[in-house]
Amino acid sequence: MKVSEETVQGITAEKASWMYQKMCEIRKFEDRVHELFGQGVLPGFVHLYAGEEAVAVGVCAHLDDNDSITSTHRGHGHCIAKGCELDGMMAELFGKATGLCNGKGGSMHIADVEKGMLGANGIVGGGFPLAAGAALTSKLKKTGAVAVCFFGDGAGNHGTFHEGINLAAIWNLPVVFVAENNGYAEATPFEYASSCTNIADRAKGYNIPGDIVDGKDATAVYAAAQKAVERARNGEGPSLIECKTYRNYGHFEGDAQKYKPDVEKKSHLEELDALRKFREYIASEGLLTDAELDDIEERVDHAVEVAVKFAEESPMPAEEDLTKDVYVSYETHDRGDV
Amino acid sequence: MARIITFSEAIKEAMQLAMRKDENVILMGEDVAGGAEVDHLQDDEAWGGVMGVTGGLVQEFGRDRVLDTPIAEAGYIGAAVTNAATGMRPVAELMFNDFIGSCLDEVMNQGAKLRYMFGGKAKVPLTIRTMHGAGFRAAAQHSQSLYGMFTAIPGIKVVVPSTPYDAKGLLLAAIEDDDPVVFFEDKTLYNVNGEVPEGYYTVPLGQGEIKRPGNELTIVGIGKQVQTALEAAEQLTAKGIDAEVVDPRSLSPLDESIILDSVMKTGRLVIVDEANPRCNVATDIAALVADKGFDYLDAPIKRVTAPHCPVPFSPALEDIYLPSAEKILKVVSEMIEDDTTVTM
Repeated sequence: MKVSEETVQGITAEKASWMYQKMCEIRKFEDRVHELFGQGVLPGFVHLYAGEEAVAVGVCAHLDDNDSITSTHRGHGHCIAKGCELDGMMAELFGKATGLCNGKGGSMHIADVEKGMLGANGIVGGGFPLAAGAALTSKLKKTGAVAVCFFGDGAGNHGTFHEGINLAAIWNLPVVFVAENNGYAEATPFEYASSCTNIADRAKGYNIPGDIVDGKDATAVYAAAQKAVERARNGEGPSLIECKTYRNYGHFEGDAQKYKPDVEKKSHLEELDALRKFREYIASEGLLTDAELDDIEERVDHAVEVAVKFAEESPMPAEEDLTKDVYVSYETHDRGDV
Repeated sequence: MARIITFSEAIKEAMQLAMRKDENVILMGEDVAGGAEVDHLQDDEAWGGVMGVTGGLVQEFGRDRVLDTPIAEAGYIGAAVTNAATGMRPVAELMFNDFIGSCLDEVMNQGAKLRYMFGGKAKVPLTIRTMHGAGFRAAAQHSQSLYGMFTAIPGIKVVVPSTPYDAKGLLLAAIEDDDPVVFFEDKTLYNVNGEVPEGYYTVPLGQGEIKRPGNELTIVGIGKQVQTALEAAEQLTAKGIDAEVVDPRSLSPLDESIILDSVMKTGRLVIVDEANPRCNVATDIAALVADKGFDYLDAPIKRVTAPHCPVPFSPALEDIYLPSAEKILKVVSEMIEDDTTVTM
């Protein structure tokens, strides 16, 4: 496997602290959601991001609120890395009025446009053209903003992959397409469903760079993303980065994951764990002390509990909210009982 | 005593019987077997579809006839169209009907139109099984009921079963049918029990059924809303109103006469359809009765539908989004309040 050999530049102690905090937020948020779902507290479909933290965080470390991202079914990690508040996220998962989408979207449609988070997506492959569109706005308005399209290995086989990337390439749009290849599209292995060995191999067909990185290594993702985001900001067009990663939980909560070999699961949950790897890197580089890292973990534990409490205590949406926000300027009439 | 099985088991049984009867019948879709080419996986551990509806079929029929596809609806639904047109009889599973957004061309412009465009010289014996319906907290892109959209397209037949018995018989009829059929499965009905005979039988497309006879009011329900209509009918009995519940079972072709005959008898019509209200099946049936049954009517036709908004995630909102027996009773009371022949 061709792995990007870019040296890691610019991971300062401050950046390392931010990255470790965001990775912990994702892990602890998802572990807590897993618990809550198991207790029957959370409604609907939930797809957890735990295990893939290094990807969202390594990429979003180069973005600010002006930059956009498009996400997937597995969107909580992207939300957190892009700066969405845990309170509003958790409340959204509970379907509460105080949620990021006022309870209307839920886990699969969680979004925060002010933070440049253009939504998790219920449609596999939905994000490719959406990212291209946000990048077109940036190009036409000369804002310098970049759009990142996170997508799974399943989406790499969807027709929109081709249309979205080709469009971004011919229009030279500032997009970074980030494949999160966790090995399984639902229960179907990547090797069965994809004709290519690597998703990044397909970049060649669009004349754009295609990098492959260890998606469990936040520093590797960080380095590859730095190059791709800079390229996009400099008007040099789109890139594709394939991150080889793994999801710690099933496709959705309730999936028994029998398609995953036990050895594979165990190694990813233990020695290959992204948080463990990044913590070891931070320690080996002397960026932060153990006490500082422990402190981050404690603060995140607390923040997640605050978010759960906030969500539990928040009100449900009101009846009149049902037909609100269908259009901007046209009040729809409740014709459900006409 | 008659055998009781679930809606989900009835669908699986229909698939089994169809595949045993005709080797040209195959099943394809996302994880309909599950875990393709995973060495350690025993086929009885494989998903069998995201809801497990097709669990076990791969063991009996093998992976050549139970085909896992990539998540690429335009690809495999399009392939199913010409697989059907060239001699096979595929059943393609579109996991959620909402995903038609990714493959509408293949259904609407290809599958539905081949026969007509080719002067009747092709046939497309394709069945698309797809999940629909709200009430599962699955939010805006996994909860719609889009059967009305397909009903509007000439060349496609549309089936929406409401009971396990009908699900089995209608699916077998759909697979036997030489036209493309979209077969809708309400995800909240999968665990509903009902009497289902063991052998092979079909329920003809285009033949509705009176699910409950009555003389004073006709309630037409679509899919799961037949159950809501039956619930309302029970409550109306307590108020002294004798309601008839009609289940069209297939929307294209539509059994017009069963609806018109019922309205001729009762003089009043409520249509319950959980799709959004504009250009939906309730509107279509209302137009039919206004057109051909106006003289039978003693009261305006009423529709109980979802409001004109996407399906919300929040349970508090989704519960009021759906039609309910209460909503039906409310419109019925409006219909008869000035009517001296009925007291409520």
